[in-house]
Amino acid sequence: MQRDHRSFRVDWLTLILFLILVGFGWVNILSASISGEVTSYFDLDERYGKQAVFIIFTLVLIILILAIEAKFYERFASLIYLLSILSLIGLFIFGKNVNGATSWYGISGMTIQPGEFAKVATALAVAKYISDLQTNIKDFKDQLKTALIVIVPAALILLQNDAGSTLVYGSFFFVFYREGIPKSYLITILGLILLAISALKFSVIPTSISILIIVFLHHFFIKKKRKRIITPILITFFCTTFVFGVNLFYKHILQAHQQERISLWLRLEKDPAKLEKMRKTFAYNLKESEKAISSGGISGKGFMEGTRTTGKFVPEQDTDYIFSTVGEEWGFMGSALVVITFVILLLRILHLAELQKNQFSRVYGYGVAAILFFHFMINIGMVMGLIPTIGIPLPFFSYGGSGLWGFTILLFIFIKLDSNRINEW
Amino acid sequence: MRKLLLFSFVILVGIIFLARLFYLQVYSNTANSIYNDNAIRKVFHYPKRGYVYDRNGILLVANQPSYDVMVIPREVEPLDTLEFCSLLKINKTQFLKYYKRAKHYSTRLSSPFLRHLSKEDYAYLSEKMRKFKGFYIQKRSLRDYQTTIGANVLGYIAEANQKEIKANDYYKMGDLIGKQGIEKSYEKQLRGIKGVKFIQKDRLNRDIGSYKDGTLDITPIAGKDITITIDSKLQAYGEYLMQNKIGGIVALEPSSGEILSLVSAPSYNPNLMVGRARSRNYTQLSKDSIHLPLIDKSLLRMHEPGSPFKALVALAALQEGVIDLNSSIYCNHGYTYGKKKRRMGCHCGGGRRILNTGISESCNAYFANAYKRTIDKYENATIGMDVWSSHIKSFGLGNYLGYDLSIGKKGNIPNGAYYDKWYPDFRWGATTVLSNAIGQGEILVTPIQLANITAAIANRGHYYTPHIIKDIKGDTIPSRFKTKHHTSIEKRHFEPVIQGLYDVYNRGTAKFLKIPGIDICGKTGTAENFLSINGTRKQYTDHSIFIAFAPKENPKIAIAVLVENGYYGSRFAGKIASLMIEYYLKGSISRTDLERWILEHTLEHEYIKPYSDAPFKINAQTELMRVDTYLKLQEQQQIINENP
Repeated sequence: MQRDHRSFRVDWLTLILFLILVGFGWVNILSASISGEVTSYFDLDERYGKQAVFIIFTLVLIILILAIEAKFYERFASLIYLLSILSLIGLFIFGKNVNGATSWYGISGMTIQPGEFAKVATALAVAKYISDLQTNIKDFKDQLKTALIVIVPAALILLQNDAGSTLVYGSFFFVFYREGIPKSYLITILGLILLAISALKFSVIPTSISILIIVFLHHFFIKKKRKRIITPILITFFCTTFVFGVNLFYKHILQAHQQERISLWLRLEKDPAKLEKMRKTFAYNLKESEKAISSGGISGKGFMEGTRTTGKFVPEQDTDYIFSTVGEEWGFMGSALVVITFVILLLRILHLAELQKNQFSRVYGYGVAAILFFHFMINIGMVMGLIPTIGIPLPFFSYGGSGLWGFTILLFIFIKLDSNRINEW
Repeated sequence: MRKLLLFSFVILVGIIFLARLFYLQVYSNTANSIYNDNAIRKVFHYPKRGYVYDRNGILLVANQPSYDVMVIPREVEPLDTLEFCSLLKINKTQFLKYYKRAKHYSTRLSSPFLRHLSKEDYAYLSEKMRKFKGFYIQKRSLRDYQTTIGANVLGYIAEANQKEIKANDYYKMGDLIGKQGIEKSYEKQLRGIKGVKFIQKDRLNRDIGSYKDGTLDITPIAGKDITITIDSKLQAYGEYLMQNKIGGIVALEPSSGEILSLVSAPSYNPNLMVGRARSRNYTQLSKDSIHLPLIDKSLLRMHEPGSPFKALVALAALQEGVIDLNSSIYCNHGYTYGKKKRRMGCHCGGGRRILNTGISESCNAYFANAYKRTIDKYENATIGMDVWSSHIKSFGLGNYLGYDLSIGKKGNIPNGAYYDKWYPDFRWGATTVLSNAIGQGEILVTPIQLANITAAIANRGHYYTPHIIKDIKGDTIPSRFKTKHHTSIEKRHFEPVIQGLYDVYNRGTAKFLKIPGIDICGKTGTAENFLSINGTRKQYTDHSIFIAFAPKENPKIAIAVLVENGYYGSRFAGKIASLMIEYYLKGSISRTDLERWILEHTLEHEYIKPYSDAPFKINAQTELMRVDTYLKLQEQQQIINENP
């Protein structure tokens, strides 16, 4: 395939999808953050004005990223990762506390959230390590080291009390799996998630008994030459311990608000009076955002016509709950469009990642897709009441400079790597 | 396989999200009306309801302010119940009951908590209202009747019920709507358009400005004043004459179809239907199963027309050319017909009868003959009956007249098919259904239909649809009330019939009811009266019926009177008709003897007959009773009841 000039070889589809999301996101931020008349779209006293400036700056950032030699990212991945970790550690000393999380640096009125950039650094570092010729992902030691790359920033962020962002690092499991970690990991993780939910929903004893029955039935009915009774016993013991552990974790380690969120999600609370109280207090956001989305109907109330958006009924509507504005003002058609755009973008990134000849690019591309997917799934799932409340932004959509830049850098490094694909032999 | 894991996760989550969106936005999306949106506060302003004047410009119905305490349960915050209750003058149980009722209706929408506060209570409360979140005061206007008459015409307004709210989204819980009479018929003109201000709220329930800059706000438009065709003095006089009697009077202006008076007796004071006492009064009135004060006797009582119907039988026969002015019949105190020599009795005194004397003496035999000839003119009875029936129906009988009050009855005028169905295996003929000739049998009319045929005769062959609306300020009355309806009888046939009706007064059955100086044409009527009570059908004293119009030339008033159980036509109805005509045309009464007689006599003793177990006589002159006698009897009865 003959392409003319190298620098123009960006994936246009990805670029267009990115622009659609950022543009439509801003339109909704405008609607959600407006109060009174618009004097200027760049009014720095208003969030939509700030976001407009962020977006302009983003475009500069994109040009910068694309201008840098593709090899730079691979070569300096370790350094970037190291700097990123240092910036996270620095938060413990210089960090600014916002909403209970110490995730921001305050620099002359501006705040920067290094966690948003740490995702990029981690993705680069993971790609660099896995693609290293000396690394064998099938080897347990290397698996452990790879995991450590992810766990360090995740742990730092968790210590800063930003549990939502920590969860996002779980997305790297998809990367590891793609690169060849054993299938048993996948099965174990899925099994443990199932067990955890079951332990909370149906309580410890019934879950444990079910495990016992299933494991032993499996043992006796399977036709195998060498049966050892010790295997099912160990599995059962391990599972039961896990189930009890989950329960203890839920009751004693999780903070009250986290407990409540899970309790509401799994419908653990049966007392209608308490449920009602939950809906009015911590589930207020959820209730209002569901209402706002629902009131949009098929075609929505129209741009800037959402009565709930205008009345600011949904707190955090321009950040984490921005999708409720989409739902109210653009209806099913608009919100379905956003969902479909995200799905196409994610599939496109995955497709491009598979096309990479360089393993670094492929692993990084996978990381990008996985991180964006986690954000997409958790954020929209939360706003629509499908999963417990976990406060993370919707990529490209939510208000916030750090988030927007973090996601943009994340995506465009991959676009740059992809554009360099033809030169990779 | 490894490549597909995240790929399929992305697609799966996409599908789940689309399904969830579909569920939230399409499947469970409720009606997206601004009125249901609790992010928008609606402030209503109820305009003045239109006033009602009578035909002479006398104000009948005005307004008075009323204040309702409204509640939106979800916005209510903990409050000082004790203080609130004492301000509203209710106790805690009532408070809880009202609150529960409002909550049951809707937690989001406002509904009345306590209706119709007095002005004093309102003054106290309005200052403290801010303290009680979720409650507010809604000003409305209630009716203020300037009169005690015409309740059946004026109707009343009351809170719209669920059905009305569902049928028309203009009305919200607690809104008032015309329920009866002109209030119902001209609801749209009278109510005007209520103003609405839409105010955007924020999540703390604070107003943050008008919604969409007030572009959707509705400015209130005051209701239009209306003038009705009723002559309130004549109406009052009619109601006055009808005391101690059950029945109806309908007076029309033949040249326009305007209803001059529409009396339903007994009636009630329209002021009973205002405000908080309305429902209690309504229940009380609806319990009177003998007098049925809530039933409009002039519009809803179907009865046999009796002899006044003979005028139409004569007109149909003249039109069909089966009789002329001189064709005569010998009345042998009855009419004998058929092979079996069956006989229809006649009280006219007997002798040779022509059209004129037939009418004036109300000879049954004459009209039996005229009717039979009309039917027999055609090859079979079915066709003959159809022809006759269509002549009669052209006077507006047998169907709704189309007047502008919401209630009515069709009455009944049979046609050929009707009897074919009745007598499927039998060759029926004119004589089979001979009772129709004298306004009995299967003929049923309402008093207003009777008045309408009187007007049509007075007009010599046409009528205007009777109506109650005379003028709407800033609007026109419906054009259908300006349209002439022609009967199928040629104009020339009316004069001899009218002469006959004139002679009813001159020398016939109503010769004692003459009014000096006025040429009245009329016809007495007596309708047999059967009632089924607890499954047994019994005959009771006849209804007294009378129709009349005056003057003979250029008639100004056509009237029909029904006095239930009044016996023969001239006994009660005739006297009342004469008095009404005199009062309308002269403005005073010269026949004070008739007036005194009517006022002094009661029919209450007749009305309780069906409900008393004692045996009773019907259609007896001796049964006539004076009011004072009746009252004395009632007193005695009470003493007996109290001291058994």
